[in-house]
Amino acid sequence: MQGQTLGDLRKIWQEAWPARRGLRHGLVLGGVSLFLALAGLLEIFAKREVIGNTLSMATALLMLLAFFAGRQASATVRKETDRLLPLFLAGTLSGAIVGLLLSLLTLLVSQVDMRDIFVYATPTLVELLTLGLPIGSAVPVLIVAGGAMGALGVAWDYLPALFRRMAGVGLVWLFLVALLRELVQDLLVNQGLPRAQQGLLFAGKGLSPWGVLILLGIGAGWVYLRPYLRRWLSTPLGRLIGLSLEGWAALYIALVLLERLVLIWWPAAASVSLIVRLALWAGTAVAWSLLLALDAPLRGQVQERFRQPRSAQVANAFLLVNLLLLLPLLVGIRWSDVLDNIGLYVLMGLGLNIVVGFAGLLDLGYVAFFAIGAYTTGFLTSRLAQEFSLRGVIGWSFWAAWPVAILLAALAGVLLGIPVLRMRGDYLAIVTLGFGEIIQKLANSDLLKPYIGGAQGILEIPKPVLGNKPLVGSQELYYLIFLSVLLVIYISLRLAPSRIGRAWMAMREDEDVAEAMGIHLVSYKLLAFAVGAAFSGMAGAIFASKLSSIFPNSFSLLISINVLCLIIVGGMGSIPGVVVGALILVGLPEVLQEFAEYRLLFYGALLVFMMLARPEGFWPARRRFRWGVEEAGQGPTGRTG
Amino acid sequence: MGQRWRLRIEPTTLVVWGIGLAILAFVLVGTVSTLRGGVYSLSTWGSLLIFGLAQGAIYALIALGYTMVYGVLFMINFAHSEVFMSGPYIAYFVITPLAKSGFLDQQPILSLLLTLLVAMAVSTTLAVTLERVAYRPLRKAPRLVPLITAIGASFFIQYAFRSLFGADFKVYPDVALLEETSWYIDTLQIRLLYVVIIVAAVVMMAGLYLFIRRTKIGKAIRSVAEDKDVAALMGIDVNRTISTTFAIGGALAGAAGVLYALMFKQITHTVGFIPGIKAFTCAVLGGIGNIPGAMFGGFFLGIFESLGPTLFFSGWGIPSPTQLKDVIAFTMLVLVLIFRPTGLLGEVLARKKA
Repeated sequence: MQGQTLGDLRKIWQEAWPARRGLRHGLVLGGVSLFLALAGLLEIFAKREVIGNTLSMATALLMLLAFFAGRQASATVRKETDRLLPLFLAGTLSGAIVGLLLSLLTLLVSQVDMRDIFVYATPTLVELLTLGLPIGSAVPVLIVAGGAMGALGVAWDYLPALFRRMAGVGLVWLFLVALLRELVQDLLVNQGLPRAQQGLLFAGKGLSPWGVLILLGIGAGWVYLRPYLRRWLSTPLGRLIGLSLEGWAALYIALVLLERLVLIWWPAAASVSLIVRLALWAGTAVAWSLLLALDAPLRGQVQERFRQPRSAQVANAFLLVNLLLLLPLLVGIRWSDVLDNIGLYVLMGLGLNIVVGFAGLLDLGYVAFFAIGAYTTGFLTSRLAQEFSLRGVIGWSFWAAWPVAILLAALAGVLLGIPVLRMRGDYLAIVTLGFGEIIQKLANSDLLKPYIGGAQGILEIPKPVLGNKPLVGSQELYYLIFLSVLLVIYISLRLAPSRIGRAWMAMREDEDVAEAMGIHLVSYKLLAFAVGAAFSGMAGAIFASKLSSIFPNSFSLLISINVLCLIIVGGMGSIPGVVVGALILVGLPEVLQEFAEYRLLFYGALLVFMMLARPEGFWPARRRFRWGVEEAGQGPTGRTG
Repeated sequence: MGQRWRLRIEPTTLVVWGIGLAILAFVLVGTVSTLRGGVYSLSTWGSLLIFGLAQGAIYALIALGYTMVYGVLFMINFAHSEVFMSGPYIAYFVITPLAKSGFLDQQPILSLLLTLLVAMAVSTTLAVTLERVAYRPLRKAPRLVPLITAIGASFFIQYAFRSLFGADFKVYPDVALLEETSWYIDTLQIRLLYVVIIVAAVVMMAGLYLFIRRTKIGKAIRSVAEDKDVAALMGIDVNRTISTTFAIGGALAGAAGVLYALMFKQITHTVGFIPGIKAFTCAVLGGIGNIPGAMFGGFFLGIFESLGPTLFFSGWGIPSPTQLKDVIAFTMLVLVLIFRPTGLLGEVLARKKA
C-alpha cells in the first residue's frame, strides 16, 4: 500500500516536470532574494525609491527577481514544449515560490530573534518585506504578487518585439536615473537648476510620476526613432546638418574652455566684449562649415574603405575630447574627485591590461608598483626622512619626482619579473600576489619606518605646482590625470599593433610557439612587466600627491583585485574596455556610497559571473582573447613552468 | 621542456641565483649572530618550536585541500581559504550557546566534537557547492579562467559572510580544560591545547593517508589525479570523485579552522586569507599534488615561520622582527618555486604537472 502511494507520487512528480522546472528556478532566485534580505542589501535599496513615496527600489528589485524566475522557468520549459499551460504554470509557480520563500523568512524573522546570528534580521526587515501590512495579509500578497510577476515574465516573450525593446530600454533608463538620482540632481544643480525646481522629475527619494513618464518616453522614443535618425543621417543633407551641429557644439565647448583658461591667467579678459567672442565663434563655425562642404565623401562620393567620412571622425573625436575637458566644470568639485579616481584606475587598468591582456601574465601583485610609485613620490617630495631632508637631498617638486617614480616602478617591474620568468599561469598569480603582500608588509614594518613612515605613513606630500599655481583641487588635478590617461592610451594603442604588441600576443596565445617563432620570451616578458609597472607607478605618484598622505593600508590586495576586475569586465586586452570597466566599477560605487561595504561582494560575484557567462568581457578586444592553450589528453599543464 | 632553459645560462638566471645566494647569506649571518648573542634561552626556542608545530599542523590540514584539488583538477582552489574560514565561523554559533549554558565546561570533549562536526559539515558543504556551481562548468576552460573564478568566489564568500553575520570578530570561548592544563619540562611549558591540536591533526592526516591508500574511493581519487580520461574509461565516475575530493579537502579545512579558532581565539571573514596563502606555500613546499608532501610542508613552514623571525632577523638588529613573519613565508614560496618547483620532496605525480 505504502509502496504504491510512493510509486504514484513518483509518477506524478515525473509527469509534473513543468512544475519541477518552476520549482527549481523559484528556489534559486528565491534563494538570491533571501540572501539579499539577510545581507542587508534590501534595507539599503529600500532607502532609494523608483517612484517617490510609492515604489521603493527594494520592492522593485524583488518584483524583478520574481519576474526573472518566471522568465527563466519559461525559457527552460520552452525547450521542451510550446504549449501555454505548462509554460504559465512553471512561470507562475516559480514566481510564487520566490514570494513564498520571502514570506517564510518574514514569518521566521518576526517570530524568532535571530539578530545574534544574522545582523540584518531586524524588525525593519520584516516591515520592509510586509510592505507595512499585517503579517497575516502580507503572506498571501507576497505569494500572489510573486506569482503574478512570474506569469508576467512568461507573458513578456509573447509581446511584440518592438514594444518589448521600447519598454525594456525605457525601464532600464528609468531604473538607472532613479539609481543615480543624486548624481543627476547634482548635475542639474550645477547647470543652475536648484533642487527645489526639479519637482517635474523627482519627488521624495525617487522620481515623480511625470518623471517616470518622461524617462519612459525618452527611452521608448529613442528606440523607436533610432533607425529613422540613422537613415536620415546617412543621407547627404542629414549628414551635413548633423555634422555641422556636432562640429559647432564642439567648437562652442572649446571656446568656453579657452575663455576659462584665459581668465585664469589673465583676469582682465573678462571685459572683452561679447561681440568679440561671438565673432570668434561665428568665424570658426564658418570655417568648419567650409571644411565640411569641401569634404569629398560628404558630397556623395563615399569611399568603401571608410566606415565614416573623415570629417565625421574628426568631429567625433573633437567633440569627445572637448566634452571630457569640460567635464570637471560641468560636474563640480565632488564629482570631479570621482572622475580623478576613475582616471587613476584607468591608468592602472591600462598598465595591467598590458601585462595580463596583451602578454597574458596574470599579475595579482600589481598594487606593488602603484605603491612604489606613490612611496617614491612621497619619499622624494615630503621631508619625512630627516637624514636626507637635512642634507637637502630630498624635498623635490612633484614634476621632478614623477619620472623617478615611474622609472623606479618600471625597474621594480623588471626585478620582480625576473624570478617569475619561468612560471606560468596560476603559479605566477600566487607568487605575484606574494610580492604584493611583501611590499605592503615592508611598508608597514618598523624596518623602513625612518624612511617611509611605517604604519603612520607619509604625510604632507606637496601638490604639483604649475607655474606658481599649485594644483590643489580635484578639478585641476583632473587635467593632469586626463593628460596622463591620454598619453597612456596613446602608448597602448600604438603598442598593440606594433612588433612588440604582436610578440606579446603571440606569447599569450602560446609561449612555446612564440619562442619557436623567434620571440625572445625573457625580454618581452620583462618589457611587459616594466611597461605595466610604469603606468601603475605613474598613477601611484599622482595618487600620493592627490591625497597628500599615504598609508600602507591603501595598498592592499583589494586594489589589485579591483583593477583585475575592471579589465575583465571591460574585456581583456581591450583599451576602451578598460575605460568602460573603470567607469562602471569605480564610478558606480562612488555614486552609490551606501553600498560601499558591499563593493567586494559585487566584485567577487561579478568575477565569477563574467568567467562563467562572458569571459571575453563586455567590450571585447577585436582579436579574440584566448587564455592559454588546452592540449588534448595531456592536461592543461603540459609544459613545465 | 624547462630543461632547455636551464642549460643555457641567461643573465636573468645569474640575477636569480644572486638573489638566492644573498638571501641565504642574510639568513645564515642573521642566525649565527642571533645564536651568538645568546639573548634567547633554550626554553624560548622550545616554546617557539611547539607553537610552530601546532601552527604547522593547521597549515598542513589546509594544505591537503589545496594539494588534493590540484592533484585532480590542476587548479589552485583560491577559495579554499574561505572554505577554511566558513567552518569555524558557523561553528561559533554552536559553541557560544554551549559555553553560555555551561555545557562546554561540563562536557568539554563532547561539545568540542560537536563544534568540530558542525564546522566540518559546513566547510564540506561549501567546498562541494563551490565545485558544483563555479568550477564544474569551467572544467574544460583554459587554465586561468577557473583561477579567476576562484578568486572571485573567494571574495564573494568573504564578503557574503561579512554582510550576513557582521564584520566584528567572533571571539571563541575559552575551553577551560585545554587552557589550564599544561606540563613543564624545566621552564618549558607544554600546553595541552597545542598537544591536542598536533595530535588531532596528525590523526586526521593519518586517517586521510590510509583512506587514500587503502579504500576504493581513495584509489579512484588517485586514478583521476593520474588521468581523468582513462579513469573514466575504467568506470570511475569522474565528477563524483572530484566532488569527493573537494568534500574531503573541505572537511579537513573545517577541522583545521576549529583548531585555528581554538588557538587564536577569534574568527572574522578575512581570517582565511593569510593561512590560505601559507597553506598553499606548504603544498608547494612538499610538492603540489603530493599528500605526504603537504603534511611535511605544513610542519616545515609552521616551524620555520615561528622560529624564523627571531632567528634570522634579531641578529641583524631589525626592530620588531615578528612583523616580518609573513614576509618569510612569502619569500619561501617564491624561492621554492624558483629553485625547486617540484617541491622539497619531489613530486609523486608525473613531472609534467608542476
